[in-house]
Amino acid sequence: MASIELRNIRKSFGIVNVIKGVDLEIRKGEFMVFVGPSGCGKSTLLRLISGLEDITSGEMLFDGKVVNALAPSKRGIAMVFQSYALYPHMTVYENMAFGLTLEKGKDKEDIRKRVERAADMLQIRDYLDRLPKQLSGGQRQRVAIGRAITRDPKVFLFDEPLSNLDAALRVATRIEIAKLHEGMHETTMVYVTHDQVEAMTLADRICVLRDGLIEQVGTPMELYEKPDSIFVAGFIGSPKMNFIAGEKAANFDCSTLGIRGEHLQIKDDGIWEGTVIHTENLGADAYVYLEMGAEEPVVVRLEGAARYKSGEVLRVSPMQDKVHRFDEAGKPIR
Amino acid sequence: MATETMASPVVSAGAKIKSELMQQRVRAARWFLLPMLIALAIVAGWPLLRSIYFSFTDASLNNLYGAEWIGFGNYLRWSVLESGTVRYRGLLVDPAWWNAVWNTVRFAFWSVLWETVLGMIVALVLNAEFRGRGIVRAAILIPWAIPTIVSARMWGWMLNDQFGILNDLGLRLGLLSQKVAWTATAETAMTAVLVVDIWKTTPFMALLILAGLQMIPKDIYEAADIDGVHPVKQFFKITLPLVRPALMVAIIFRVLDALRIFDLIYVLTPNSAATKTMSVLARENLFDFDNFAYGSAQSTLLFLIIAAFTILYIWLGKVNFDGGDR
Repeated sequence: MASIELRNIRKSFGIVNVIKGVDLEIRKGEFMVFVGPSGCGKSTLLRLISGLEDITSGEMLFDGKVVNALAPSKRGIAMVFQSYALYPHMTVYENMAFGLTLEKGKDKEDIRKRVERAADMLQIRDYLDRLPKQLSGGQRQRVAIGRAITRDPKVFLFDEPLSNLDAALRVATRIEIAKLHEGMHETTMVYVTHDQVEAMTLADRICVLRDGLIEQVGTPMELYEKPDSIFVAGFIGSPKMNFIAGEKAANFDCSTLGIRGEHLQIKDDGIWEGTVIHTENLGADAYVYLEMGAEEPVVVRLEGAARYKSGEVLRVSPMQDKVHRFDEAGKPIR
Repeated sequence: MATETMASPVVSAGAKIKSELMQQRVRAARWFLLPMLIALAIVAGWPLLRSIYFSFTDASLNNLYGAEWIGFGNYLRWSVLESGTVRYRGLLVDPAWWNAVWNTVRFAFWSVLWETVLGMIVALVLNAEFRGRGIVRAAILIPWAIPTIVSARMWGWMLNDQFGILNDLGLRLGLLSQKVAWTATAETAMTAVLVVDIWKTTPFMALLILAGLQMIPKDIYEAADIDGVHPVKQFFKITLPLVRPALMVAIIFRVLDALRIFDLIYVLTPNSAATKTMSVLARENLFDFDNFAYGSAQSTLLFLIIAAFTILYIWLGKVNFDGGDR
């Protein structure tokens, strides 16, 4: 259990500034997700927390103590890598026990118990004698998570752990990580992903990063309902929020109007008119793409199946209390 | 190697009906192998068979084609003297030959050992990130790129007892009390040869090991950092087991090379019993002493010894591979 505090953290590689001054507090036992487009610095920020990279300037505190110069192994952390990073020549058991066996004064029987407990949690007990190459991707990632659990860390770091898995396995492993967090509610977890669905489903709080700076920090629903910028509004939520500029926005006293697909209603007296260009039926819901003279088509999300034909003209209205108004700088008008 | 990998699918599919596609592949593989097999038969197979044949004859340089079959006479023959004592003669009881075998094995052992240790160190350094790594990597290959004759002459001059720079330096720094004839003195000749060979071949070893090192994913070292594994432990527990397959191949290359060492010793320490190896001795008998048949017998034995080493190494190596891979 540890709280992490970042004070004006900066990181540059040569002349390239990757992290440009980040202030952030991660609370004890919290599940914090760093999310952002590729190149935003989210993985670098995680590596700074882990100690695998040196901080260029600023202060990193664990439980109020500065850890800038502390080696990764002394920080009480465990990390799960995107590529699993298992030792290829060691069995699953050896992979999980390796770090512990090197610590002085560790009882062999104690290590065995810890490894087996972690293996039971992740249902990999049957594989303990196998080599990583004899396991599937999902099993390897579970071993990597198991190795992290056996370290009994105060802080659990995940670096895009699901991105090498196929879609079905990703969902299953995501649920396992969520369960893991419930089972280890005293352990602080920091999780990096570029997938906003993972961020929304796993996080207690999300930190949206853009270009080396924090864009917004908040609970998933805060980000969804009250985005602090057009960037966050567009990044969180699927399908992406519709942005409408020009005259239609001016009618709402703003320069850009944001409205989510599920907050548009098709009705005969709708205030906007659009032509159907494509319909996607996903089963439980449907996306209708309307051409409205904007750069990108406007997406309307409907429950159930949609039976509109391409070329059909529809009228739509936004739900009044669900519109997001942004000024010219991309900041919300509230 | 090629025949093995191509043949294995056939074996595994042997019980079933061989598909036409598989037959076609095997046929293609055989055609691709044919040119190499023909070339090998001409440049290696035929001369080898000739050498083996000559080793059973009384051939001499000026009478190669009139040679007569004498069986194992070159290897071992005996005569009973009037006094009743049996006198053995031939290669298997020739002290000069066994001296050469001992020299060769000693040379191979020490040179490969040092080249492996130094090559590993160099490879580890070159595997690290630093400025100008590309230039250093290229520069380190220079000793290996120089022809052996040239480097042997160069070192011969440096080791020279009268004008050599090493003696000069040693005297000036007070390390030597008098000039030493490094290559001519029996006690130092082998060391001199070893030094030059290690200097020359370490880069080759380093490059082969470096290739193996670069196959190891970087992230497992990060995982080890988080696990709190000390860098020295990381080397022995992670790097060494993972680089082992590459290391085994590099070592067998070098052992085979070292067992047939000729040029360096022929140029640097000619006619020194302290360094004379099997190859040097065989050449001497073949061409200098006009003992063509005897030299052929030595060449044949040299071939058998190298073959035995290789088979032993691959056999033992395989056992170890399984152990290391667990």
